[in-house]
Amino acid sequence: MIKLTVNGRVHSVDVEPEMPLLWVLRDHLKLAGTKYGCGISQCGACTVHLDGEPVRACIVTAGQAAGKKVVTIEGLSPRGLHKVQKAWIEHEVPQCGYCQTGMIMSAVALLEKKPRPTDADIDDAMTNLCRCGTYARVRKAIHAAAAPTAIVKPKA
Amino acid sequence: MTIRSPQRRSFLKATAAVGGGLALEFSFPVAANAAKGTAATEVNAWVVIHPDDRVVVRIARSEMGQGTYTALAQLVAEELDADWAKVSAEFASPNEHIRRNRIWGSMSTGGSQGVRSSQDYVRKAGAAAREMLVAAAAAQWKVPASECVAEKSVVTHPATKRRLRYGQVASAAAKLAPPKDVKLRDPRDWKIAGKPLHRLDIPDKVLGKPVFGTDVMLPGMLHASIAQCPVFGGKVKGVDDAAALTMRGVKQVVRAEDFVAVVADSWWRANEALKKVKVDWDIPKYADASDATILAMLKEGLAAKDLPAARKLGDAAAAMGTAAKVVEAEYSSPYLNHAQMEPQVCTAWIKPDGFVEVWTSTQNAEASLAAAAETAGVPLEKVEVHKMMLGGGFGRRGAPQDFVRQGVAIAKAVPGKPVKMMWSREEDIQHGFYRPASLVRLRGGLDAQGRIVAFEAKIACPSILALVRPEAIQKGIDFSAVRTLNDMPYDIANQQVDYAMRNGHVPVGFWRAPGLQNAVYRECFLDELAHAAGKDPLEFRLAMLKPGDKNRLVLEAAAKAAGWGTPLPAGVHRGLAVADGFGSYTAAVAEVSVDAEGRLKVLRYVVAIDSGHVVNPDTCAAQAESNAIFGVASLFQANTVKDGRIQESNFHDFPLPMIGDMPKVETVLVPTGGFWGGHGEPGILPFGGAVLNAVFAATGKRIRSLPLRKEDLRKA
Repeated sequence: MIKLTVNGRVHSVDVEPEMPLLWVLRDHLKLAGTKYGCGISQCGACTVHLDGEPVRACIVTAGQAAGKKVVTIEGLSPRGLHKVQKAWIEHEVPQCGYCQTGMIMSAVALLEKKPRPTDADIDDAMTNLCRCGTYARVRKAIHAAAAPTAIVKPKA
Repeated sequence: MTIRSPQRRSFLKATAAVGGGLALEFSFPVAANAAKGTAATEVNAWVVIHPDDRVVVRIARSEMGQGTYTALAQLVAEELDADWAKVSAEFASPNEHIRRNRIWGSMSTGGSQGVRSSQDYVRKAGAAAREMLVAAAAAQWKVPASECVAEKSVVTHPATKRRLRYGQVASAAAKLAPPKDVKLRDPRDWKIAGKPLHRLDIPDKVLGKPVFGTDVMLPGMLHASIAQCPVFGGKVKGVDDAAALTMRGVKQVVRAEDFVAVVADSWWRANEALKKVKVDWDIPKYADASDATILAMLKEGLAAKDLPAARKLGDAAAAMGTAAKVVEAEYSSPYLNHAQMEPQVCTAWIKPDGFVEVWTSTQNAEASLAAAAETAGVPLEKVEVHKMMLGGGFGRRGAPQDFVRQGVAIAKAVPGKPVKMMWSREEDIQHGFYRPASLVRLRGGLDAQGRIVAFEAKIACPSILALVRPEAIQKGIDFSAVRTLNDMPYDIANQQVDYAMRNGHVPVGFWRAPGLQNAVYRECFLDELAHAAGKDPLEFRLAMLKPGDKNRLVLEAAAKAAGWGTPLPAGVHRGLAVADGFGSYTAAVAEVSVDAEGRLKVLRYVVAIDSGHVVNPDTCAAQAESNAIFGVASLFQANTVKDGRIQESNFHDFPLPMIGDMPKVETVLVPTGGFWGGHGEPGILPFGGAVLNAVFAATGKRIRSLPLRKEDLRKA
């Protein structure tokens, strides 16, 4: 049995230590918000936070995650929307949306490290792949969420 | 899943009343998917109204990011005079669609058709429901319906200041006969359609709710991973699954004619065990196919005599002979995978009573249903397809329903249990239906004044229709292989376009903007001709476009917005292109830079689109942005063939553009009204031409063979 703390709850899961965290989350804990895109740490659709750091859950094993705090999109903001999620909605970022939970987890981690990221910071941190081409809006939404008064105005 | 019994007699009557009969089916109260036990009323097939006024609009097309789900709801709500704040959407049931005589029209979502080819009947459905609601209120008040007004989900009788909410009259409305004819609102008077409203599907996607095909979770569900023969067309000859069957969580190894799948209690366990299955593949031919053999096949096509003509206007050969100058060039493109972010996925469950339930990410739920029924060996009525949100589509999930056939075949081997089959990324990259490779020879003849007097194109390209709809091939011509070259808007008196269908063994399919390659070649070649004629590329094109031609209008709009002809910062260069397709007219100006190492950066993409009408300007702009990044990918990507198989296998060797590769996209919507064009694909049509023409301006090099490699652009 492996003990994992996911979104503040401790789970004992009967999985082999080499099973990637992604599949523990998706198939054993039924948290489908973390996506499979490539399995080789290329696309970032499976980005979650491990002790506050953004990681690709497809290459972190259950054994490596044991004893650490895992946060997924489902646990990002237990009370209402995170300011990044609000900015994502306001700026109408997602298209198909499949990569967006990973994008959001990367963006939240970036803003926690750099509350006012530059475009270059965004280029460095946001290595998630999006086939639909939401990149311009991802950038815009990150800047909006980073603004000192990150007030989300409803669209007229 | 509740199987509802449609009142056949009622809808036959209604169908007769409206001729085509798609929209105005006589209605009956239903337990709508969203209703969950409340007494929601189906006013007609598109419109379900709850007692608390919530309106649920049924959507028949698929949502893969393009915004159709919201745009169609906007069109229905517009004519319904609904309160948009109370409008939500749900997918129409494909099973019900079949049993109700295909009441929702088409479920197919491709060719940028989602809105434009259903707008008429969905608007009529909204308008008919509104008239029925008004009539029901008027009847209750015993006043003429003409004295009543509908607005924001409320019917009022201004003379007596009485009002009834839609939720109060929906069930009475549903009992009325649908109007025989309805008048649609002039788009100039739209209040809900035509506005940049927030998309309905976005909040769930931002929250990580399980909305995609891969997210399906059912009690007792098993998982499957699949392996197909690396060489297209290979069959399973032998399977050694001894090692796999001993692995943890593995339930079963399914052997089919052309794939092997492992079924386990989690997808990872299934996929790990699959790696241990030894499959002996029967590879009858193609094992020596390679890029070289494919190129040889296409070259032979160009050399062939007596090819069918896709266009013949005047006498191109004779006119070419009189030309003062002849320019000739060969252009080529590689195969390309769709690489949508969500791999192919299908969950199937064969119930004890034989009913088949399928959950999948599909661009054509009716085709999915048919594929499932055929594979399961049951009538269409015995299948339900639950339409999930697509993690991208781009054409991969429409005509080919391979994933549904596989998912149902696996479920057949595991009866009574739902099985979610998902492909690995490696399977997805290596078993696509690829954008066809093509080789095209273009010749243009200029007269002494630098005008084009003759144009010839020879197109060697695999046919998509030969694979998916051979009956649509006419006189040897696959329209999707010749478009943009055989239907040029340019006023050129002598044109000859010939098509050499050379199919090869690599499966091909519709990929965002089928025929895109031709648009790139044509607009690059036009630039070559403009250069040869010593003319400005914009003026050169405008001189060949008749006044009033919408290609001209968008070209002028793009040029104006981009500041064509104005000075640029050092190191920045421009190119332009125009192309029509998918019902719309599109032109673009690209600004690029190329550094000393040959690295190209697309800095700015100004794209003007005339789609006639615009239902949601923000999603149209998003589609233009999407087309720009898809365009960037289309210049740099390639799927290559060796030993009969695709060599690339994942994003490390089939990379996608990243955030730093995104150009600044400026979308100029110039809807001129009177027609309905698409937005999913038109934005990419002029991309490659505009960018490569800018590359020529930057480097003096003509890029005629894709993919673009930085070595090609390095300064000599």
